[in-house]
Amino acid sequence: MPTINVSKKEFEQLVGKELPLDQLKDRISMLGTDLEKVEDDEIEVEIFPNRPDMLSVQGFARAFSSFIGEKTGLRHYDVKKSGEKIIVDGSVKKVRPFTACAIVKNLQFNDEKIKEVIQIQEKLHITYGRNRKKAAIGVYPMEKISFPINYKANEPNKIKFKPLESEQELTGLQILSQHKAGREFGHLLEGLDKFPYFIDANNEILSMPPIINSHLTGRISEETTAVFIECSGFDYQVLSKCLNIVVTALADMGGEIYSLELDYEEDKKSSPDLTPEKMKLDLKYINKWLGLSLSDEEAKNLLEKMGHDYENGIVMIPAYRTDILHQVDLAEDVAIAYGYENFVEEIPNVATIGEENKLEKFARKVREILVGLKLLEVKNYHLTTAENLNEKMLLENKLIPLKNALGEHNHLRNIILPSLLLNLKDNQHHEYPQNIFEIGRTFNHGKTETGVKETEKLAVVLCHEKTDFTEIKQALTALMDSLGLEVSIKETEHPSYIVGRVGEIIVNDLSLGFIGELSPEVLNKWDLMVPVVGFELELETVFDLI
Amino acid sequence: MELKSLISKLHPLERQVLPVLKSETELSAIIKSSQLDEISVMRALQWLENKEVLKILKEEKKIVNLDTNGIKYKEEGFPERKFLEALTTEFQSLTTIAKKSKLETEEINACIGILKRKLAIDVKKEEELMVKLGPQADKILKDGTFEEQLLKKDFPLDLDSIQDTEKLAFDELKKRKNFLKIEDEKKLTITLTDLGKQLVNEDLSGEFVNRLTTGMLKTGSWKDKAFRAYDVEINVPKVYPGKKHFVNQAVEYAKQVWIDMGFKEMTGDMVATSFWCFDSLFVPQDHPAREMQDTFFLGGDLEKGQLPNKELLEKIKNTHENGGNTGSKGWQYTWSDDITQTNVLRTHTTILSAKTLSQLKSEDLPAKFFALGKNFRNEALDWKHLFEFNQTEGIVIDKNANFRHLLGYLKEFFKKMGFSKARFRPAYFPYTEPSVEIDVFHPIKNEWVEIGGAGMFRPEVVVPLLGENIPVLAWGPGFDRLILDNYDITDIRELYKNDLKQLREMKVWLK
Repeated sequence: MPTINVSKKEFEQLVGKELPLDQLKDRISMLGTDLEKVEDDEIEVEIFPNRPDMLSVQGFARAFSSFIGEKTGLRHYDVKKSGEKIIVDGSVKKVRPFTACAIVKNLQFNDEKIKEVIQIQEKLHITYGRNRKKAAIGVYPMEKISFPINYKANEPNKIKFKPLESEQELTGLQILSQHKAGREFGHLLEGLDKFPYFIDANNEILSMPPIINSHLTGRISEETTAVFIECSGFDYQVLSKCLNIVVTALADMGGEIYSLELDYEEDKKSSPDLTPEKMKLDLKYINKWLGLSLSDEEAKNLLEKMGHDYENGIVMIPAYRTDILHQVDLAEDVAIAYGYENFVEEIPNVATIGEENKLEKFARKVREILVGLKLLEVKNYHLTTAENLNEKMLLENKLIPLKNALGEHNHLRNIILPSLLLNLKDNQHHEYPQNIFEIGRTFNHGKTETGVKETEKLAVVLCHEKTDFTEIKQALTALMDSLGLEVSIKETEHPSYIVGRVGEIIVNDLSLGFIGELSPEVLNKWDLMVPVVGFELELETVFDLI
Repeated sequence: MELKSLISKLHPLERQVLPVLKSETELSAIIKSSQLDEISVMRALQWLENKEVLKILKEEKKIVNLDTNGIKYKEEGFPERKFLEALTTEFQSLTTIAKKSKLETEEINACIGILKRKLAIDVKKEEELMVKLGPQADKILKDGTFEEQLLKKDFPLDLDSIQDTEKLAFDELKKRKNFLKIEDEKKLTITLTDLGKQLVNEDLSGEFVNRLTTGMLKTGSWKDKAFRAYDVEINVPKVYPGKKHFVNQAVEYAKQVWIDMGFKEMTGDMVATSFWCFDSLFVPQDHPAREMQDTFFLGGDLEKGQLPNKELLEKIKNTHENGGNTGSKGWQYTWSDDITQTNVLRTHTTILSAKTLSQLKSEDLPAKFFALGKNFRNEALDWKHLFEFNQTEGIVIDKNANFRHLLGYLKEFFKKMGFSKARFRPAYFPYTEPSVEIDVFHPIKNEWVEIGGAGMFRPEVVVPLLGENIPVLAWGPGFDRLILDNYDITDIRELYKNDLKQLREMKVWLK
């Protein structure tokens, strides 16, 4: 999850109040922002993904200030008309169809402020913008560009400009292969015949979203006093919100927001649109949901502490909030403002009957019988290697591979026995006998919703100098006797076991698995120097028989 | 009296060894006279030492013995003597000397070096190396070299018995190939204490019963017999019981807590379609948690599963796209059937809650369910990351449930798990609102520890699955943390290392 670093001094200025450190820490975490650390002048907080509006020191301070009751209620941002225009060409429809734009004037930049703007952009790209896929933001110094600006798409080799941090002009394709940003984000344009770009009235290319800005027009400096901002992507609503988050942060820096006209082929839009969203609030529902009995006035106070306005049952939600989909989202805001620490916990008197899952209960009983036979229970991973499951067992079963495992464990186990042999291999320096068992999930192809059939199995191995088939058959029989089942062994062959010393486990005419002495070839593959006998059976089938 | 009680406790082995100690003090001799094997004698001696009957003195000695060349030269004489004997006061060529002495070239070369150092030969170089007797030759031929003198001794020799004057010769011989070997020898001698001296003279032949037998019980013959008294305070070899794996012990305990609180257990598959793992829980299809680096996807012919029934699919799809009939705006994007069919290893047990909700009927309510099981996340193994982890899940479906109840259930569960203090902070999960992060106060570490999440299911989750908007309290904190703390484990891999010594010796879950 994203974290932001903010200057404590700047934060306090924006909040309008200095809190003692203890209180500051406590309030930050009770606002729903996870405090990572406060050190000297630096505050590091984790912002949850539902609140991208807090990804700047301005946005975070704005929410915090309301929360502690300093500046509550809806903030009003003036939007003046700039009279400028963006022409959106039909060619972008199949490429990156939408943009929302704004102008912010009257800004004063220094090193610090430039860095802040870059941080907002980057954090929004990663989170709300889903690594620029859903939304990409460009910020341009007004003094370097001229209106109207065109947003269009063209063949990649016909787009040619000098991208940021490059010495020379590159074409669209060259940028993807040669430029750092191109290599990182190029997959977003992969397979497209045309790439999108912004171009100004002087025929100067401003940028090729969502990859890179032009070196000439794409960088703000300390001389910059006004900026042009564009967000591009696939959903106008998303872009509009994203733009609102950026412009309100810039306005909190002291900027003045100006709107532009967006000429789409179908219609004209004006952005940014900072009109608060309205949502009806059913206070009875909120009270029931939270277990409170707030009055209208109390609800109003709490909502104002979260930056909303509330009047006549209607909540006015700031235009930069992206997370209010339903009344319950307002319920959470009310709960946060009320303070999680102020809720009185209660266990209601609701009579329900507790019950263990029957198969789990059965497995627990089996475990107890085996423990009574002095066996030690082990517990292994469900993920292992194909080598362990097949090669080292002399088997050729159809396995279930994972597509993207980061580690070497990249198959789901279909049998447990290899896990137990691995345990024996790892424990050769410890005392013998080593008699162990495991009850666990195994995975095979099957006719289910996913195509995978999951089965609980039991495997037992006995390992010591004098172990033999008799001993393992005794263990199996003891188990089945205790369960009231009659077990018989039918002679068979199995690649993992010694020929003539392996049998099929049969109960009520059903074949449940195999029992026998592990073949020396298998033991060799596991580097085991002590004889091993064992069995593995389908516990679920046994359960069904009872 | 003391002596008598001591005698009554003597083990048969001790009785057999004690008489021998009257005359013998050295281990090998004791073994011989007692006609027991070494291990039995050692055990008896050890016990007797514990009883302060005797003292065992362990001496470790280094013994010098002759190796193959040593034996050979002791018999045949040193090559340097043969070499010297072949010399005259006139220079002779090496070829001549070789012929006369019948030495190998290698031996000759060695001899020249050794004898030159001892000033026993003079050497000059012409076409061939020429050698004649040197100033010390006479003395050496008469008295022999120091090495020869040393070799005359009787081997094996005690290393400590080698005198300083012999040291040089000894070092010289040690350097030669296969000449000497130095071996460790352990020597045990025993000395009797005053008690011991008394004891060996006692009559130890009296009949003591070692083991009570069925025969004795049947015939009643035990009545005439005295039982050998045991040393009951002595340590006995350890035996280990069969045991459940400690993770399962903890799991069983936690399950019992849920059952006591009136919760019914949910279980289910670990492989699931993304529909159940994410979509049914209103996790947007482009949510970062669904990406390759976090979630395990199935490969081969199992990349995709089947779509759920059409009615449910439509409901969930609409909820994502526009909120459907849930009163929500939804995520406002275009749904993909492709993504929803993708098979994954479940990333949370919350999937079981979703499935349970989809099967519940109004007449089943109110209801409480729990699950405790394994989930997966795509991580390489290291001391604080496992690709499999346990989670404990709970849901309460009740028309009258509210946020305060949620906090109440959680507090009670953690109290029963041994954490008397729990606190709650705002958090974010796509499927709950409000969402809660749970911290418990760790009594030993004396700090708040983050333990996991909880919340109330969003109507976007509940309405499509259950059919109506009823509050559902839900939680799914991690469970491994609680196990680690209880067993004081810091490396998370130890949970499933299956070290048998650790499993045998670990104390059982005592809560």
